[in-house]
Amino acid sequence: MEKNRSELKISAKGRRNGLFLLPFTIALALFLWYLIVWLGDLPSFILPTPDLVIARFLQILQDGSLLKHFGITLGEVLLGLGFGSVTAALLGYLLAKSKRLERLLAPYIVASQSVPVVAIAPLLIIWFGPGLLSKVLICALIVFFPILINTVVGVRAVPADLYDLMRSLKATRWQVFSQLEVPAAMPVLLGGLRIGATLSVIGAVVGEFVGSDRGLGFLINVGRGQYDVALVFVAVFSLVFMALMLYGLVVLLESRLLAWQQRPEDDE
Amino acid sequence: MSAADAAFLIVDRLSVSFPNGNGGLNVLDDISFSIQESEFVCLLGPSGSGKSTLLRILAGLLAYQHGEVILDRQRLDGPRSGVGIVFQKANLMPWRTVRENIQLPLDLNSGSQSISAETVEELIDLVGLSGFEDTLPRELSGGMAQRVAIARALVHDPGLLLLDEPFGALDALTRERMAGELLRIWHARQKTVFMVTHDIGEAVYLSDRVLAFSDRPAKISLDLKVDLPRPRELEMRYTPVFGEMALQLRNALRP
Repeated sequence: MEKNRSELKISAKGRRNGLFLLPFTIALALFLWYLIVWLGDLPSFILPTPDLVIARFLQILQDGSLLKHFGITLGEVLLGLGFGSVTAALLGYLLAKSKRLERLLAPYIVASQSVPVVAIAPLLIIWFGPGLLSKVLICALIVFFPILINTVVGVRAVPADLYDLMRSLKATRWQVFSQLEVPAAMPVLLGGLRIGATLSVIGAVVGEFVGSDRGLGFLINVGRGQYDVALVFVAVFSLVFMALMLYGLVVLLESRLLAWQQRPEDDE
Repeated sequence: MSAADAAFLIVDRLSVSFPNGNGGLNVLDDISFSIQESEFVCLLGPSGSGKSTLLRILAGLLAYQHGEVILDRQRLDGPRSGVGIVFQKANLMPWRTVRENIQLPLDLNSGSQSISAETVEELIDLVGLSGFEDTLPRELSGGMAQRVAIARALVHDPGLLLLDEPFGALDALTRERMAGELLRIWHARQKTVFMVTHDIGEAVYLSDRVLAFSDRPAKISLDLKVDLPRPRELEMRYTPVFGEMALQLRNALRP
């Protein structure tokens, strides 16, 4: 127990050191970037220097187009993540509670996972049009599986003894769900949401690649077509930023909902 | 039979068998006994002898087909709100604080609002957890967690307290201290207590009566009245009378 705590302390300190080192690693990466461009004598339509990327970034930030495309992709990502995780959590709960349903559906669910989303994205675009709906569905599809699995695992892991306790206290079905199953499965469920949040960004880009006239994925397509590699870089970094932001939000949610799991040292 | 009719808990010719490959495994074989109100009764038995099965039936968690269980003049056919249970593990919800865990039975049963916040505070005091009300279970020792479990079992003021080897997971010294605490709580609350244990000394020290189970299929091989004065003192555990009773029980457990 004590050992565990001191280990945790070290890792917390390590994390802080990592953040402290971040400016240096960024500076090093930029330096290497410049070095590659200079040594390879690369033209800007192959690899632009960081300052060209920043200039391009400021330019489309000022004319408002970056924010527009960022907002569109973020909307697709959030709607897809919300829709996908709610349906996955619901189905996951039913699967966790019913062995028969699991035997019935498991083969289809596993089979659906062997088909890459990229392969069925064109179909969804054909069926649901090049607008928002098809992108949301692609995001939801990619998010679905990890959240489904984590819900099943989380609900199955609720201790049988606690079910006995609830039953002996004559808890209703709803009380067992809300007072026991939801809080007990929450840590694993949020773990699934962490994975889902970043996957959802990938889903939106895949959808925009296949067919769209807006969004960051579309921007990458445009940049590639016009040999505007700086624009591609701006869009890619925007996607990275979006994924980090979503991941951070889930971590924040975890620290709120799972405060009971944390060690006092981590609270500060 | 008139004395037994008035008993608080009556178990009458109860038999239980679990289905398995060859015809079924007899766990309880024609068990009959009764417990008076505010009596403290321990059930002793070798592990795997069906003690916990009997306790689960009394808790209403396990259905039975053969025989009769009558609690407070009514046939038992499911969990009752007049019963409090302490399991072998404390079974606390890790996301609830000590106070919230103790209040769980009240939260689940909106009909029990007659029990005030003061009652909860009194109970926290009684089990010796004052100052730990807002502590989370992960910060509690095994003994403290089991105190929370006892308080939780008592909070809705049940007539019958069932304990399933409640101190089984504790070290010997903590175990002895918790037994003393349980007696103190019992004196303060005067509940009918039915406790399952495999510790002979603990059973004699705590009980008015000790029932001994034989090996499976379980029968009651001895129903021993413990004639020690109350309140019990720790020193009593080392008297010849105590030793004699322990030996008698030890022999009854031998198959």
